Amino acid sequence: LRAAFSCSRSISSGKNRAAVQRPPLQEAGSRPYMPSLSTRNPSAKCYGDRFIPDRSAMDMDVAHYLLTEGKKDKENAAASPSKEAYRRLLAEKLLNNRTRILAFRNKPPEPENVFAADTVSSHQAKPAKQRRYIPQSAERTLDAPDLVDDYYLNLMDWGSSNVLSIALGDTMYLWDASSGSTSELVTVEEDNGPITSVSWAPDGRHLAIGLNSSDIQLWDTSSSRLLRTLKGVHESRVGSLAWNNNILTTGGMDGRIVNNDVRIRDHAVQTYQGHSQEVCGLKWSGSGQQLASGGNDNLLHIWDVSMASSMPSAGRNQWLHRLEDHTAAVKALAWCPFQSNLLATGGGGSDRCIKFWNTHTGACLNSVDTGSQVCSLLWNKNERELLSSHGFTQNQLTLWKYPSMVKMAELTGHTSRVLFMAQSPDGCTVASASADETLRFWNVFGTPEVAKPAPKASHSGMFNSSFAHIR
Amino acid sequence: MASRTASKDIITLKGSAAIVSEFFGYAANSILYNRGVYPEESFGKVKKYGLPMLLTQDKAVKTFLTNLTSQLSEWLEGGKLQRIVLVIMSKATGEVLERWNFNIITDGEVVEKGAVKEKSDKEIMREIQAIMRQVNSCISFLPCLDEPCIFDVLAYTDSDTTVPFTWMESDAKLIENPQMVKLHSFDTKIHKVDTLVSYKVDDLDEQ
Repeated sequence: LRAAFSCSRSISSGKNRAAVQRPPLQEAGSRPYMPSLSTRNPSAKCYGDRFIPDRSAMDMDVAHYLLTEGKKDKENAAASPSKEAYRRLLAEKLLNNRTRILAFRNKPPEPENVFAADTVSSHQAKPAKQRRYIPQSAERTLDAPDLVDDYYLNLMDWGSSNVLSIALGDTMYLWDASSGSTSELVTVEEDNGPITSVSWAPDGRHLAIGLNSSDIQLWDTSSSRLLRTLKGVHESRVGSLAWNNNILTTGGMDGRIVNNDVRIRDHAVQTYQGHSQEVCGLKWSGSGQQLASGGNDNLLHIWDVSMASSMPSAGRNQWLHRLEDHTAAVKALAWCPFQSNLLATGGGGSDRCIKFWNTHTGACLNSVDTGSQVCSLLWNKNERELLSSHGFTQNQLTLWKYPSMVKMAELTGHTSRVLFMAQSPDGCTVASASADETLRFWNVFGTPEVAKPAPKASHSGMFNSSFAHIR
Repeated sequence: MASRTASKDIITLKGSAAIVSEFFGYAANSILYNRGVYPEESFGKVKKYGLPMLLTQDKAVKTFLTNLTSQLSEWLEGGKLQRIVLVIMSKATGEVLERWNFNIITDGEVVEKGAVKEKSDKEIMREIQAIMRQVNSCISFLPCLDEPCIFDVLAYTDSDTTVPFTWMESDAKLIENPQMVKLHSFDTKIHKVDTLVSYKVDDLDEQ
């Protein structure tokens, strides 16, 4: 009866929606805003409990050797250097497997009054920098009705062409950040939907869409054409996607991870079997050498391309590391842009920790209890900072200084858990989508004018500075 | 030496940890002064261990050492610290020139059961004094450090120690073919600390 169907939007009939239809991705009018009342100040201490030594782990022999070795030296004051070196190296080796060597992160200052500010020495204490202003409220809020409230999906991505893609129910919307205009790419058939994952290809033009039916669609957004549909890759929904040049890696609820070469006919070139439950997090490292995957089985796997199986038949590959430290689903994954082999991961509701990993050795470098379900993680490309998004109770975005993990800012505004985050190509703005059906934009990583690359950042892809920043 | 009936004092784990971490603080200062890592004028004299000890007046170095010693104290109380190494490196090349190695052997029983030990405070002070005197006199045989140097401190802990967020994993920063000299050690009966300095051999001085 109502003529309100003129707007190009379809509703999944399976859902009970309020009679009012809200056009998607429009500026949120007067939405109820609930400021956070409680002031949280959890002390992010990492000190473990008092250590109770394990006698069986104490090597009495080594200890005795070390004690008596000293006495011998006293007699032979000028023992040959090589012997000494050997002795010490031996001691080092013996101790190595049960010892960690730690150094203080903040290095002592360099001597002399001469501060050579231009020499970048890793031991130099940085002079205090002006802290930039981080706006505490979202710069813009858009409506995102029908956003599926499912922790395990990945429904938003921001492409290098500065277009944000977001899946609301069965429909894929594209929001051009430069112009602020919204367009609908596709509404999938009800049987295939809802959309469960989306990922832009590195070229910023092609878009991969994963569906509840297990199909994967590949679109050319410049012509709005469906290029191909990958079928039969998974047995159930495809909740995570990641691109590595022309390889589209797909993660399914069946626990499988498949590398698909989208250029060829028999696209499934490799399968990684390791997860026993839904693969909800999937990220390739910057170098494209390693893949991190997180699942609902609480496992984090690191897969290395160089470990390809030589067996022609199965095409299944062993993981490089299987890390079991998290005690809840691992969805949030983020590779560090300025330090290779450093991965940050976040755990779900019963874990709530952000952990840092050396993906070379598999060592867990640090673990911080955030107090809240970690839904998503993003590294700042310009500064040494990490942004995390959370659920109950604050639904906040937290900005951490790395590596000290001091909280620099807590951004509130969302009234339900912040499920997805994406970063603008210029690295200044973060978009967050929440179960409260809003999409908010935060200028948390700095204003575009002063954005400068961090020392080790490598510019890959097409970060074109001529793209206008959203205002 | 005829044994005097010296009165023994009670040493607790906490007390011992405090003694060791304090010792390290003073030793580090001594080394930095003696090896000329920081200019002489930036040090001030205090009396400690019955000797005139030099402490840095530089705020940043002070803070660094204070943060360090408090963390060391905590690790010592937990019995997790195996050794502390003060590394002196060339500012220009980062090459490790000297390594001041303080090995720590902890009486596990004390950590486990919370026992206390007895030893005369004076005796511990005397032992530490001997080490400090030795550190000062090392100048006579250690090669000249005639380029600007920087220092760092490494802590060797048990591998299951949780790494506090202000610390990070590091490599051992070893010296190739070092010359090593062992100094005196001191023992609180809970922690035994051995001191050893290893240094890069100057090619010209090769024996």
